[in-house]
Amino acid sequence: MPAHDLLVVIPAYNEAENVGAVVRDVLTTLPDADVLIVDDGSADATSESALAAGARVLRLPLNSGYGAALQTGYKYATRGGYTLVAQMDADGQHAAGFLPGLIEELERTGADVVIGSRFLDRDGHYTPSMARKLGMGVFGRLASMMMRQHISDPTSGYQVMRIAVARFFCSDVYPADYPDADILVLLHRSGFRLAERGVQMKMPTGKSMHSGHRSLYYVYKMSLSMFVTMLRKPVR
Amino acid sequence: MDSRIRIVTILAALAILVAIIELVRRRKLKEEYSVLWVLTALIVFVLSVWYGALNALRSALGADVPSSALFFCGLVFAVLLLLHFSIRVSSMERQITSLVQEVGLLSIREPEAQQAENGAADTPPRRPSLSEEHQPSAPDRS
Repeated sequence: MPAHDLLVVIPAYNEAENVGAVVRDVLTTLPDADVLIVDDGSADATSESALAAGARVLRLPLNSGYGAALQTGYKYATRGGYTLVAQMDADGQHAAGFLPGLIEELERTGADVVIGSRFLDRDGHYTPSMARKLGMGVFGRLASMMMRQHISDPTSGYQVMRIAVARFFCSDVYPADYPDADILVLLHRSGFRLAERGVQMKMPTGKSMHSGHRSLYYVYKMSLSMFVTMLRKPVR
Repeated sequence: MDSRIRIVTILAALAILVAIIELVRRRKLKEEYSVLWVLTALIVFVLSVWYGALNALRSALGADVPSSALFFCGLVFAVLLLLHFSIRVSSMERQITSLVQEVGLLSIREPEAQQAENGAADTPPRRPSLSEEHQPSAPDRS
């Protein structure tokens, strides 16, 4: 068995400026955790910054997208014998200070996945643009309806999961191009239990890995993906 | 049907057929991908030569002139071909992604602090069995 059983997976694309601080933040909060930076074929010194800050670095030779990078992290965690996987963004939006709370929520509720929610506490610290708010609202409500469970922040990339979930995500069931609210529906359909815990997130400053997608395509992809997820037979 | 259009479609069908066979012969096209092309060419050829079949098809489709029935057939096959390629591209994209992931997993780099601890850069990483599925022996903590 490895010395630590928590792996923090952080997909990063051209985040040389932020990734070091994020890694140090995690290692300060959870000194026993392993941090894995999945460098999604960055053109800058993302890998070097992460290595210097004390992370393991897995560099993908081609830019393959947020979902593919995350899935690589799940594969690493599954093969490395970890029992818990956390995922967060490399741009500094997610503060590691909330990780212990997410893990505690997982243990307290017995859920398989805990989502760090910007909106659960209704403290109004995070106010997305109208368009984003509309999209999040529609898909959140749709996902909540399909799952018969209220999810306040279905698009949050700040999550903690048990290794069984990561192993499940290693197969073709995972939408490796752009995972979002549809994976929550997939998890629910596959019998995993979800919980939420309020976290604070900084408003995104630059462009994140998500913003490369045009919003119209996002709406189309998410609608179709959630719809066909409901049509598919559960695989587990 | 005007004999000129018959000659044109027969020649077109033959040209496609010859081109496909030549491409397969030169190993530029895999046999697998030639199937739909050859079928398209053969059907267009048969319908151009055998007027009775084309006319039966025309009335079945409710088309006004036989040549539009012929082009409709060609178009259906062209659409099938495109769909076939979209499916292949999707599956190839999936394959490339999983190859890229495996390459990444093989070239993992340990943090610098730890390399210093180990004393040498060529010390094997702490987590050895990346190439095979490792099931945790202890149950998930809850």
